[in-house]
Amino acid sequence: MNREIRNKVFDIGFRIFGIFSTFLGVILIAIFISSIVQAGFSKIDWNFLTGLPSRFADHAGILTAWTGSLWILALSAIIGIPVGVGAAIFFEEYAPKNSLTRILEINLTNLAGVPSVIYGILGLELFVRSFKMGSSLLAGACTLSLLILPIVIVATREALRAVPQSIRQASFSMGATKWQTIWHQILPASAGGIATGVILALSRAVGEAAPVIVIGALAYVPFVAESPLDDFTVLPIQIFNWVTRPDPEFIVNASAGIIVLLSITFLLNGIAVYLRYRWQKKMKW
Amino acid sequence: MKIHEKIIVLFLWMCSSITVLTTALIIWILVKESVAFFEHVSIIDFLTDLEWTPLFSAKKYGILPLLTGTLLCTLISIFVALPIGISIAFYLSEYAPDRLRSILKPTLEILAAIPTVVYGFFALTVVTPFLKDFIPGLNTFNAFSAGLVMGIMIIPMISSLCEDAIRAVPDSLRQASYSMGSTVFQTSFKVLLPAASSGIIVSIILAVSRALGETMIVSIAAGQQPNLTLNPFETVETITSYIVQVSMGDVPQGSIEFQTIFAAGLTLFIFTFFLNNLSHLIRRKYQEKYE
Repeated sequence: MNREIRNKVFDIGFRIFGIFSTFLGVILIAIFISSIVQAGFSKIDWNFLTGLPSRFADHAGILTAWTGSLWILALSAIIGIPVGVGAAIFFEEYAPKNSLTRILEINLTNLAGVPSVIYGILGLELFVRSFKMGSSLLAGACTLSLLILPIVIVATREALRAVPQSIRQASFSMGATKWQTIWHQILPASAGGIATGVILALSRAVGEAAPVIVIGALAYVPFVAESPLDDFTVLPIQIFNWVTRPDPEFIVNASAGIIVLLSITFLLNGIAVYLRYRWQKKMKW
Repeated sequence: MKIHEKIIVLFLWMCSSITVLTTALIIWILVKESVAFFEHVSIIDFLTDLEWTPLFSAKKYGILPLLTGTLLCTLISIFVALPIGISIAFYLSEYAPDRLRSILKPTLEILAAIPTVVYGFFALTVVTPFLKDFIPGLNTFNAFSAGLVMGIMIIPMISSLCEDAIRAVPDSLRQASYSMGSTVFQTSFKVLLPAASSGIIVSIILAVSRALGETMIVSIAAGQQPNLTLNPFETVETITSYIVQVSMGDVPQGSIEFQTIFAAGLTLFIFTFFLNNLSHLIRRKYQEKYE
């Protein structure tokens, strides 16, 4: 076989392997979602969505779990967004560019790489024990807010950086102060990018199980949380609990729970993708 | 500066200092509680004992079984994710037409958005039963399924970081290679791969760090039995799944049994901290190369 043909064969071979690899991911998603929908879809009905947890697979519902997840979503948004966006504005617009900023930079990449279970240990010691919040919704939301902080900060900084200098200069030349420029010009111009990052971060928070388990959220909570200081459970914990039971009937429940969890995750991701699309279209300065 | 603007800047500064505080507190808590733990257990036993049985009556505190479990699952996942992830990166960046690429990229991102507890469910209820047909003697809880599925989870992380690295290679290198009559394959692996190597190495390091810290997949699919083995078909326990196991159980807080999670957590943190800093270092060098 001469060289030219051999090179062509390698080229086509790798092209096929590349297509195979890429579609492997897509096919896995399809297999995966269809198998879960098959196993769990028939289980989803009004009783399941509004039922309290139970020892019996038939009666067990996920009311406390999904309300807990919505609580966590809302509280993490309230705590995490202002802190994350605020920190990003400081890093991007105010912090002097020196070796201290470099350390902050390294610190940020480090935080993004800390395993989620370690955030759980931090939350347990800091919020649950030292701040005496107990294993409450508030402690869970604070922990998850710290977890998503690096994601929010990185996304916000990218959005802020995308705003062209000319807008800043125009605003300054009209006599606006730095904060006026940020508040009236830069934030509105970057809102789409910030929102995309924030929503992706929140969808991550809703899907996390490990840190919430470590801070002591329970699998069995027989009431719907009414205040941020109540005990709670979330969908991922409920699913984990059902998956680890030996009784195969609970596998059906777990599949149904996963359908609900994935609906929330995909909805949030869909919104984020849509916002990014609109923002990128608008962003042709 | 007006007074209310000073207050706003102070608030922004406080927000940003939370990030530093978080790191400091994580290190402080892990070290403080681990020091208390090592007053009861000698560091030498911790590092050399071959058994980890803090929850039994005959207590042994050797971290090695948890560590090998963690490394075994990580290794399997990287073996799966690396070839596939890099192939996807080259395919999307060098082979695929732009339209196809713009559809495939967001689709692959779905893999990264799926919560890990869902992957765990997939590993236990779909992958393990499937593998049992081919591998006789496969445990219901095993490192292999967990690692395999963890690999699938990591694919989009490797592929998107590698693709960024490949695309950052200046176009002149590609053109030079094509003008010499190279195929796309030759250009990809003889020109672009070496040129993007540091970015690709960064993606591998971050993927390893992510796999080490992954919790729910291994908790569900790999089991909860510390086991000093390199056999992927056996049940193993990782550091992360041990921490979850203790948190779910009724171990009283403050007891020596409970303090084990801080020592285990510190061990895990040292690994990921080292890897994350290494990746940052490499990335900085690499950025300088092209600027």
